[in-house]
Amino acid sequence: MTTVKYSKDHEWIRIENGEGVVGITDYAQAQLGDVVFVDLPEIGAGLKTGAEAAVVESVKAASEIYAPVSGAVTAVNESLNDDPSLVNDSAEDAGWFFRMTIADASEPDGLMDRDAYLEYVEGLS
Amino acid sequence: MSAQSANQLLATPLNALHRGLGARMIAFAGYDMPLRYAAGILDEHRHTRDSCGLFDISHMGQAIIRGSNAARALEALVPSDIQEMGAGSQRYTLLTNDDGGIRDNLMVSNMGDHLFLVVNAARKADDFAHLAAALPSDCRLEVLEDRALLALQGPRSAEVLARFCPAVRHMPFMNCEIMRTLDVQCRVSRSGFTGEDGFELSVPAGMADELARQLLNEPEVRPAGLGARDTLRLEAGLCLYGNDLDATVTPIEAGLAWTIPERRREDGGFPGAATIRRQLAEGPARRRVGLRIEGRAPARAGAAILRPGGTRAGTVTSGGFGPSVGHPLAMGYVAADLAAPGTRLTVDLRGRPMKAWVTELPFVPARYFRS
Repeated sequence: MTTVKYSKDHEWIRIENGEGVVGITDYAQAQLGDVVFVDLPEIGAGLKTGAEAAVVESVKAASEIYAPVSGAVTAVNESLNDDPSLVNDSAEDAGWFFRMTIADASEPDGLMDRDAYLEYVEGLS
Repeated sequence: MSAQSANQLLATPLNALHRGLGARMIAFAGYDMPLRYAAGILDEHRHTRDSCGLFDISHMGQAIIRGSNAARALEALVPSDIQEMGAGSQRYTLLTNDDGGIRDNLMVSNMGDHLFLVVNAARKADDFAHLAAALPSDCRLEVLEDRALLALQGPRSAEVLARFCPAVRHMPFMNCEIMRTLDVQCRVSRSGFTGEDGFELSVPAGMADELARQLLNEPEVRPAGLGARDTLRLEAGLCLYGNDLDATVTPIEAGLAWTIPERRREDGGFPGAATIRRQLAEGPARRRVGLRIEGRAPARAGAAILRPGGTRAGTVTSGGFGPSVGHPLAMGYVAADLAAPGTRLTVDLRGRPMKAWVTELPFVPARYFRS
């Protein structure tokens, strides 16, 4: 069974068999505009909750992407190197950024579920 | 952006149109301006290169100078040739300071009985105060507060605008004339900030919305925001004041010596003439260059430029992704010995050294109208 959780910084993490797949939300990609480059972390890199994990370059500006939980990178989405616009077209699926271990299995519980995130985004506009 | 800060921003006459088109608005030079519309910066950029984009640039400052000695008086503040401009001609020039630095870049048009100036939004208050203080008593500066400025840019713009204003079809590049559009007198210039053929239309604020809607009804025309304006001008190698030009940069360092004709070089008589003439004779210590950066990660303004050995060579002043060239590009200032095209450099991208090399400007060849 998979669970998807959301951070206030607009990252999503899909938890599958104890590992997390991380990307940015559709709301976030719409705010960023056309993505032209994603600077992905190295495989094996340690990630700390709230620390920079990747950088998304839109045409206009660079935006930091933060680790929603602590752990280590186990894979990155190589397709983004060839086609960064996947982030715009499929932010919450094919446009994923990286896969990571989750150091503390209970940490994702502190993140928002989908309904709470959508309410949070509603409150931003 | 919060509603409160949006309220403190100025709105152009096209604000309701932008919002109706679903624009993403940003604060720019004190104005609430469209960054992009639903299509996004890449599409708006490409559409302008392929067809025709409509930009709202009403935040820019517009003014006229009247007086029989207006051209001579303005020459005391800029290094270009204003006195010999024929009626209907337009020129790019620079307001300089006493150190030879650039106060602003601007367009000046000789409208026959007056000069028409378009200056940068962020500089207009300072420019107009400077002009008002410096112009002699027989010249009158009149700031045009009640005007909008629309830019129609791209290879199809002459064809489109001719439907409203047939005389534009044969208008030479860098000309500015008063023409009737939608039965109203407008100042129309054949110029722009994209490297493409195009026009800028200075129109009464009250007709701007109607004119913009009619232009957008033409099948070739799509709205384009400040995001596309920036990527287009960067590919065209054009300087953005505040990024590539400022009070510490001289026209010679900026590669704008072409704005200073022989007579002005010899006679001087403009602020900073001593410094500028010395740099013309001896060469400046640094120069503006175009940079191509390896890979796909764009370098942004402020990134350090390093020599191959790792010592500092300069700074990126504009940088981003070039939608028409399909890769990152940048402009910046480097030590003069490193300014030759082909010179290998390094750009520091958030602590990571990226290979870069100096390239000719513009990145995309200009396609201005030649009559």
